[in-house]
Amino acid sequence: MRFVDEYRQPELVKGLVARINERMQQTTYTAGHPLQIMEVCGGHTHAIFKFGLDKLLPPSLEFIHGPGCPVCVLPAGRIDACVQIAMRPEVILCTFGDAMRVPGRNGSLLTARQQGADVRMVWSPLDALAIAKQHPDRLVVFFAIGFETTMPASAMTLQQARADGVSNFFLFCQHITLMPTLKSLLSQPDVRIEGFIAPGHVSMVIGQQPYAYISDVCHKPVVVTGFEPTDILQGLLMLCEQYVDGRCTVENQYRRVVPVEGNLLAQQAMDEVFITEGASEWRGLGVIDDSLVSLRPDWRSYDAELRFQPDPQPVADDPRARCGAVLTGRCKPADCPLFGGVCTPENAFGALMVSSEGACAAWYQYRRSEA
Amino acid sequence: MCIGIPGQVVELDSDSPGNAWVDVCGVKRRVNIRLVCADDAAQAALPGQWVLVHVGFAMSLLDEDEAQETLAALQAMGEVEPDVGYFLNGGITNAVR
Repeated sequence: MRFVDEYRQPELVKGLVARINERMQQTTYTAGHPLQIMEVCGGHTHAIFKFGLDKLLPPSLEFIHGPGCPVCVLPAGRIDACVQIAMRPEVILCTFGDAMRVPGRNGSLLTARQQGADVRMVWSPLDALAIAKQHPDRLVVFFAIGFETTMPASAMTLQQARADGVSNFFLFCQHITLMPTLKSLLSQPDVRIEGFIAPGHVSMVIGQQPYAYISDVCHKPVVVTGFEPTDILQGLLMLCEQYVDGRCTVENQYRRVVPVEGNLLAQQAMDEVFITEGASEWRGLGVIDDSLVSLRPDWRSYDAELRFQPDPQPVADDPRARCGAVLTGRCKPADCPLFGGVCTPENAFGALMVSSEGACAAWYQYRRSEA
Repeated sequence: MCIGIPGQVVELDSDSPGNAWVDVCGVKRRVNIRLVCADDAAQAALPGQWVLVHVGFAMSLLDEDEAQETLAALQAMGEVEPDVGYFLNGGITNAVR
């Protein structure tokens, strides 16, 4: 393995920052009234903090750290329902490592395991299917989380389960889809976000077309961007150039990975198995219309919630927590009364502190001394 | 979970149609290739190519330069993706941070 300097291409970084500065001077934005750009992906958020990209930029430009971390927006009640299923002696519950630490009202899946539940970390839903085949006497539940990066894998795994005639495999569906959330954010009255750095790997699956709603209907430019520091700066520069030129469109900085049309086979697999309709709850954001991803009727025999009927677990976000205001750019993590005291990465209270990709966890890790 | 890992396809898995053995940083792992190969001809052309792997599935083809750049970036960001970290550090473990 080779190791890299923090900035692998310092000259390129300097050049991009200089050009961003130049472009921003051609706009009317100021430190007091900055241009707000939302980076949607938690990977982007973490890279921005880790490499201090926001500190390289002029004060007339402000990053708003978006909802693009599936762990952060996972409602506590959904974890409680999973824990309830996992505690059944006949169940083996499998999920990604990220999902195991997320606290519900009654602890996390990790604490459920310490209390005797058979909870296993897997790297792929296919691993969970393999466990189901190895244990025909047990009922194996895959707790499926993630945006469109993991959704095709879940869909393909269920198709494989059906093809192989596996009847002891179930999916607890907590997949989420990006676009309804972005639309919901932009429909809130006091949100000032002017443009989006769109996630590279979600876009690799869905392609560029879904973002046309944001550029054409909401009139906010979008640049699909990779997650290296130079990618992020380049994406930002492309956005700045759109403001200076008076353009508003969807552009692709990450062409080397993201085809315009996305991955059609992956889109087909998702469409065969999942349907997006109805409202669903997002931690920190509340209920969002048309954002509920569930199994199509033809696949409901694999639905863990239908099979095990966990109790509904409505858990309201704490009214003191300001996750929603942070997510929409209306305040900074350190402005929240719970930040750093009641709510820390070790004892996460709010959505954005849960995962290292969340805005508050990143702020806590890299910026706490400045708060 | 959201960030893929580049790997190089070593060979098709003759025991398991639709899968291939992929080398990621020296770790050989079975990966499903049905989302990057529409047919048998595409599968036959896969060995030697670089792919971006997400949760057990190859999701796109990469050229080698891009694959190396992405690997270097992933290593620089190590802590971003615990799942990727586990994988790069030698495959699945039962440990959780």
